[in-house]
Amino acid sequence: METVTTANSGEKIWGGGDTQPMGASYGKLMMWFFILSDALTFSGFLAAYGFSRFKFIETWPLADEVFTHFPFMHGVSAPMYYVAFMTFVLIFSSVTMVLAVDAGHQMKKDKVVLYMFLTIIGGLIFVGSQAWEWKNFIKGEYGAIETKGGSLLQFVDKEGHRVALADFAVRLPEERVQLTRSEGKWFMSEDALPTYSVAEVEAGFKAHPDLLVRTEVIYEESAADKSNATINHELTKHKHKTILTRAESEKRLSQAKLVVEGANLTRNEYGSKLFADFFFFITGFHGFHVFSGVIINIIIFFNVLIGTYEKRKSYEMVEKVGLYWHFVDLVWVFVFTVFYLV
Amino acid sequence: MSHEHVSNTKRIWTVFGILSVITIVEVFFGILKPEALHLNSFLGLNLLNWLFIILTLVKAYYIVYAFMHMEGEASTLRNAVIWPLIFLVIYLLFILLTEAHYIFGVFKNSTIKWNF
Repeated sequence: METVTTANSGEKIWGGGDTQPMGASYGKLMMWFFILSDALTFSGFLAAYGFSRFKFIETWPLADEVFTHFPFMHGVSAPMYYVAFMTFVLIFSSVTMVLAVDAGHQMKKDKVVLYMFLTIIGGLIFVGSQAWEWKNFIKGEYGAIETKGGSLLQFVDKEGHRVALADFAVRLPEERVQLTRSEGKWFMSEDALPTYSVAEVEAGFKAHPDLLVRTEVIYEESAADKSNATINHELTKHKHKTILTRAESEKRLSQAKLVVEGANLTRNEYGSKLFADFFFFITGFHGFHVFSGVIINIIIFFNVLIGTYEKRKSYEMVEKVGLYWHFVDLVWVFVFTVFYLV
Repeated sequence: MSHEHVSNTKRIWTVFGILSVITIVEVFFGILKPEALHLNSFLGLNLLNWLFIILTLVKAYYIVYAFMHMEGEASTLRNAVIWPLIFLVIYLLFILLTEAHYIFGVFKNSTIKWNF
């Protein structure tokens, strides 16, 4: 079988001599099977996300309300633009990778060097962008209230636009000292206190009669929804989150237990608690793949530079690391759809 | 066979164009969410989501077949990688999503409130 230019490098011939199973070298075949198993791992994660989402389909956060940030455009709601940019960066770094593989087939070392370098840069931009996304996700934008029953309350004004806690909560003269290690009697500390206490949010809500509470529940325009007197039917739109009447808002807010700002693994201000867990886990696992891909790319890049593959008369190593890199892009295509579009 | 040392640059840029156009279309629909698609349902999902899923699969096809050069591999390798993946993913999705839908019904129709 004629695969790579292996004539004088015995390493690519399997034990049985010249015949290669499935017409591929050992390394390439194993890379394909690794990718297969890794793809199944990611499928498992994404299917688990689908499971939780279908289980809580009525209260799952809407992606275009969560990911709205764009660099240097503070306060502007720009859903999806940044993540679209990230997708382009990754697709483009896939293109430069495949160009590097192509140049390798023609034994053009300089071109391989250039394209691999661009691929690494693209990977680094992507990882950096993901870190920025995480920062925004963790920091949050509006803040919310969690009730004793575990549901999440967000706030809107009389036009139905989101309102941040900072815009209406009052400052009460309360003793709220953060417990730090230096103040503790034993190895004591606590999670960071939220900016406002529940009482401050409640007092602020009372002082602003225009404010309304928005629940996690997605309004479905069913007969039961339409006749529900606790819903503000003027502001609530089909397939958007339900906005309550002022009277019902006050009733719900009296059940408040916690102020939630941003996201962590326990709770988040966007809605269903599982949402943030899956976001961190799946995009984190993908980001880890990108990061390791960049590291492997760098190793291969230096091998190209010092002429290892030139001497070997085969750039198949570039092809193998390329397979991994394209796989990372492939996974992102699905993560993008599942988290940001669907 | 797979490595005839012919430059595929033209094909690479064509595929890049296809992937870019699909991504732009996806983002366009994702921001606009046209009601004709978003408020219609087919097999338990709205048409907009079906569109996203189909476009994603098209993208995945081009990445695997063009960029990963699956189209140039031997058919045994192609089949050994692609079919187990497709079969297991469909199987997994079917089981988990059906079960999740059932649990959703249990929560919704039960007398115990879990989130209030």
